[in-house]
Amino acid sequence: MSADLDNTVSYLEVKKGLGSWLYTLDHKRIGMMYLCGILFSLMLGGAFALLVRTELFSPGMTIVGQDWYNKFFTLHGAVMVFLVIIPGIPAALGNMVLPIQLGAPDVAFPKLNLASFYLWCSGAFLLLLATGLGGVDTGWTFYTPYSIETQTAVIPAVAGAFLLGFSSIFTGLNFLVTIHKFRPAHMGWFQMPLNLWALYATALMQVLATPVLGITLLLLFVERFMHIGIFDPTLGGDPVLFQHFFWFYSHPAVYIMIVPGMGVISEMITTFARKPIFGYRFIAYSSVALALFSFLVWGHHMFVSGQSRLANMVFSALTFSVGIPSAIKVFNWAATLYKGDIRLDTPMLYVLSFLILFTIGGLTGIFLAVLSIDVHLHDTYFVVAHFHYVMMGSTLVAFVGALHYWWPKLSGRMYPETIGRVCAWGVFIGFNLTFLPQFVMGSRGMPRRYWDYDPEYTLYHRISTVGAFILGVSLFVVVCYLAWSLKRGKKATKNPWGASTLEWEAPTPPTVFNFPEPPPEVEIYNYDDLVEVPNANEDGVTNWERRPAADKPATSSHH
Amino acid sequence: MKPYLLAFALVFGLFAPPAMAQPAAAPPPAAAVAPAAPAAAPPAEMTWWEKEAAKPYVYEGTYWLPPAANKDAKGPDDLFIWVLGMSAFFFVAITACVVYFVIKYRHKPGRKPEPSPSHNDVLEITWTVIPTIIAVILFVYGWRSYISLTSIPETRPENQIAVTAQKWNWSFRYYNGVEDNVLHVPVDQPVKLTMTSTDVLHSFFVPVFRVKQDIVPRRFTYVWFWPTRTGVYRLYCTEYCGKDHSLMKTKVVVHSAGNYERYLSEAFGKQMSLSGAALGESVYKKKGCEGCHTLDGSVRLGPSFKGVWGTDVKLGDGSSVKFDEAYVRNSIQAPQGQSRPGFPPSMPVIPLSDKEIEGMAEFIKAQK
Repeated sequence: MSADLDNTVSYLEVKKGLGSWLYTLDHKRIGMMYLCGILFSLMLGGAFALLVRTELFSPGMTIVGQDWYNKFFTLHGAVMVFLVIIPGIPAALGNMVLPIQLGAPDVAFPKLNLASFYLWCSGAFLLLLATGLGGVDTGWTFYTPYSIETQTAVIPAVAGAFLLGFSSIFTGLNFLVTIHKFRPAHMGWFQMPLNLWALYATALMQVLATPVLGITLLLLFVERFMHIGIFDPTLGGDPVLFQHFFWFYSHPAVYIMIVPGMGVISEMITTFARKPIFGYRFIAYSSVALALFSFLVWGHHMFVSGQSRLANMVFSALTFSVGIPSAIKVFNWAATLYKGDIRLDTPMLYVLSFLILFTIGGLTGIFLAVLSIDVHLHDTYFVVAHFHYVMMGSTLVAFVGALHYWWPKLSGRMYPETIGRVCAWGVFIGFNLTFLPQFVMGSRGMPRRYWDYDPEYTLYHRISTVGAFILGVSLFVVVCYLAWSLKRGKKATKNPWGASTLEWEAPTPPTVFNFPEPPPEVEIYNYDDLVEVPNANEDGVTNWERRPAADKPATSSHH
Repeated sequence: MKPYLLAFALVFGLFAPPAMAQPAAAPPPAAAVAPAAPAAAPPAEMTWWEKEAAKPYVYEGTYWLPPAANKDAKGPDDLFIWVLGMSAFFFVAITACVVYFVIKYRHKPGRKPEPSPSHNDVLEITWTVIPTIIAVILFVYGWRSYISLTSIPETRPENQIAVTAQKWNWSFRYYNGVEDNVLHVPVDQPVKLTMTSTDVLHSFFVPVFRVKQDIVPRRFTYVWFWPTRTGVYRLYCTEYCGKDHSLMKTKVVVHSAGNYERYLSEAFGKQMSLSGAALGESVYKKKGCEGCHTLDGSVRLGPSFKGVWGTDVKLGDGSSVKFDEAYVRNSIQAPQGQSRPGFPPSMPVIPLSDKEIEGMAEFIKAQK
């Protein structure tokens, strides 16, 4: 995109036509395209989830046989992990928000940014191709030797995951350089919004861990086509080696998924409590600590795989260390609410859901870190419920909340508030109905990835299926009203939530290079200067204006 | 009910009824439906140990856990309850704080946030140190009970059982050569299993024993337990292994010590007395042939045995061969050369004795 674009016009209107989107180098437009792809993938992955849950409504065959059931849960997992949750917050929302939060005109490498979007598209296309070619039935983990011998479309699916990995690496690299080089002079590391700390930690993991996934998937190709024994025991390979390689990436990937969620939660909770975040440094450090620890705990996926007891001991001990930064964050968020002035707009409802769901997800993780309990719970529904509380209940809920939070800024329109709140409750209730019964099934011994189950679990599976539909319908309505609001929503103001970070100083929607004039210096998480102005525009939307306060209360201490 | 359990039940109990559903008599799982008996032989009488295995499962456990039937189950079970109580405490405490703050400090017109510190080193160090201490304690106890759960004691040869897992069937072989698809073990003695797989990963899981161990092809892994009560319990495969993963389950029958010895000797006698088609039928069931080859003409992973004897069979390399004794022997001992177009080449080498192979041929011959 050339510099001759008019930087006084909204990025959505500066140029029209399909070409202006497909060739754009504007981080906000690239983020919007990611968002469309991710929301489409979310509905696709959700459809597979509902097919899985419908099949499980009764023991034995309900709607499909084993072959299709196995494909459904594989595609649900692969689509949700690789296409929705990993890119969800960083590539879509992070792309749109990160440069503006820095007061920068774009990311450091706009062309690389577009390239990573097209890599994402190619990877997504290959995954869809695998679906079209009859699906994949290995589970999203592609464990060998089953993935070597199955007749289903493993190759396109693995190739898709390989490309998606590179998309993730490029985005991470771009963010690292942008945060290092584009921070304004007045913004030291500890004046950065916590969202940027989280995106920085995420980018570190993306750049360091994802290449291992690429190498592993490449080795799968080599084995399949050149018959060099790496993982296949009949060729002298070791199937457990694949698990080590896979989890060496996929465990950090769990934090690639959750840490950005923690970042956006930190932004939203301070805005809606109208108070500085409690314990800024502890939250910032704990993001980085999670990024580092995440590389040291992959073996806890393999406690019963046959690895040595010494390895199990070390991985169990290290796994407990991950719980500590997570606990610190939860306590800090709860303390941020203390003596605040809390407003329960839709994004805040998602924040509160997140706090409760993440607490459950984290606490149930303790059961799995205790070696002897994990032996019983491994590969049961307890594990399924636990990681859904973290991946979906935490990351996806944070993503949907953040989408509502930044939607006015990025689309220039408000979403409908009442239905937004109803859907937030629907997501919370549907989610818990779906996954709470799964903890009980799992601890009683119900194994995962089962098409058929024993009759004593029927009631719990039925509650779970009903919950899944409530959850699915709520999220579908969210996507619908967001699309509706693009044309019909109320016009958004510059700062409808009274947030304190730099992106709210940009016009709504931002101009091509984000700021028509150099952005002001602001003190983040300081709400003293912000004054609420109701009915600030013709649609009656509130705005918060920055006015030097006459008499600052000697409060929000920075001592 | 203990108080911490009550607190948890208040939260979670809303979503699930308090007692485990107890079907009066457990219907046999789908996998156990017997294939049609060969037309020639009259339906065999059930042996006493088969009748024993057909008894209903032992159900009564706690709300969270199935009944415990392993001496070492106490370690993980006690820890489970402790972690549950601690989790309930923290969950209630955090949720109560959040809900209280949201209600108390909810925005009202004219309200402003009250002055409050934006950090507090003492508080923050406290809530870093407390989780750290809890983590260390839980790690140590988890490690100790794990060690006893996985330290295999000396066992007598009668209690050492070889397990072969294959898609989608279990085979248990005892020291005297007895083979069975149901795991029979004695009560109040240590039992050691040495496990391997002929194809992909599987995993051995008996919820009442609280043990689980992956089974890896071309490798041996071990699991042991000390059954504490007689009865019939569920045994699952818990590592995804393809199409019929969810049907790869069987039973554990815990016998009194005397009955276990009786089982070993009588099952041995029965096995040795078999020959011809009856031996073939027994092999067909115990070696997992029925997972892929049906007797009713329907096609699963491999061709059906119905009406194939004496026909001409087209092979993958284009040649044609007669379905006779030699073909059966070749298919069992060197299956890769015998694969047929339209079927995946997934037939494993199955180690059978000459007598068993001859029995297999007789059995297939009888499938008209």
